[in-house]
Amino acid sequence: MTGGPLGKGENMNAVEFEHVKKQFPRMGYMALDDVNVQINEGEFVTILGSSGCGKTTFIKMINRLYKPDFGHIRLFGKDIQNSNPVLLRRKIGYVIQQVGLFPHMTVAENIATIPRILKWDKTKIENGIEEMLQLVSLDPKEFRDRYPAQLSGGQQQRVGLARALVANPPIMLLDEPFGAIDAINRENLQNEIKRIHAQSRKTYIFVTHDIREALKLGTKVIIMNKGHIIQYASPKEIINNPCDNFVIDLLKTLNIQNNYVIDGAGI
Amino acid sequence: MINYFIKNFDMFGTATLEHLWIVAVTLAISVLLSTVLSYALLRVKYLEDAAIQLFSAIYSIPSLALFALMIPVMGLGNMTAVVVLTLYNQFLLLRNILSGMNSVDKNLLEAATGMGMTNFQVVTRVQLPLAFPTIIAGIRLAIISTTGIATIAACINAGGLGTVLFSGMRTMNVYKIVWGTILCAVIVLIEDLLLKMVERKLRRGAC
Repeated sequence: MTGGPLGKGENMNAVEFEHVKKQFPRMGYMALDDVNVQINEGEFVTILGSSGCGKTTFIKMINRLYKPDFGHIRLFGKDIQNSNPVLLRRKIGYVIQQVGLFPHMTVAENIATIPRILKWDKTKIENGIEEMLQLVSLDPKEFRDRYPAQLSGGQQQRVGLARALVANPPIMLLDEPFGAIDAINRENLQNEIKRIHAQSRKTYIFVTHDIREALKLGTKVIIMNKGHIIQYASPKEIINNPCDNFVIDLLKTLNIQNNYVIDGAGI
Repeated sequence: MINYFIKNFDMFGTATLEHLWIVAVTLAISVLLSTVLSYALLRVKYLEDAAIQLFSAIYSIPSLALFALMIPVMGLGNMTAVVVLTLYNQFLLLRNILSGMNSVDKNLLEAATGMGMTNFQVVTRVQLPLAFPTIIAGIRLAIISTTGIATIAACINAGGLGTVLFSGMRTMNVYKIVWGTILCAVIVLIEDLLLKMVERKLRRGAC
């Protein structure tokens, strides 16, 4: 690979899926069924869908944890099938729900995982840890030597974010990172990840089953159902022009939620 | 009691050293063999249960019988003892190594892979350190079991503290029996201490 962060070709789409199909053994339907999508560099794309709709499969294909049965996936114009999966993954930030942190390592050691593998020198690693912890609003002095078990769920997720961001990857994959976090912390984390993305202008792909989260964070939203992409558009367009009944139903749940919140506030 | 020990220090000393030799050699070979076996079994998963079953069957053979069975094959002596004890240890070690390695959260391993670790790095930096306490517990069990069963090996001329115990039994010499037992316990304690030191060193190295 030559040039740019991931070896940029002529095509400036950060991520491109072309006729991608995937079926798992013992599953009646396809996890991904002829998926075509192009994601521009710098976009914050949220992928929304109920469980089993293929959204996690989508993300795990980008860092080659899963292999497509058919079709091509390109990052910055290069077919990932031709790249070394380990080297590819080191250039992609990966955050997952809950368990991502290594319990036998401190916060600092967790964040230093990839820098150590990349053989950064000591000062660069130390600076990276410090900078990342500040970025995710954790006081380095207080948190760097703690173990994951000594952190709250929200703090763990912040460390997970810091660990994924430290090598400054051009693409970030986030698989329901805030799925198990209480509403208030979730709100804070959402605001922060939005801020971090806005500062970096890297490409973020964020899986969620929460429609409010998807519409709030995404510059674009992919709505998936049963292995198909139903709609891929900006949040505004999805609200104004839902393309089929599935999306309309999803938006209805949003209204119910909003009404409920208003009723709950006793207005 | 103490006089008897001092008077027969040579006998006790030789027996203890012989015993330590058997235990040390057995453990070194056992750990090596079980490492190789579990490396293979973690790759060929469907053989895992069969292997554990096989070694648990071997483990259930009374040691006296297994020593006797090995005489026609390997003759008398301490090497026969080492082979039998190594066979016994495989059950304790394999079971603990495999369950330790398998109990590490699969999602965590996938996260490690997804971050860009090679398979080797996933095993050495994540899976092994997390399985470490279970593996050490297995080795501790193996030490205790080996030290105990090695006394029976005296009946196939393997030497060691078993010789003292058996001769104590034949001649109704309580001193020999009591001192033989105490020395066995001391050996276990010393080995345990050594193991703890190794454990601490490895822990520090892992981070």
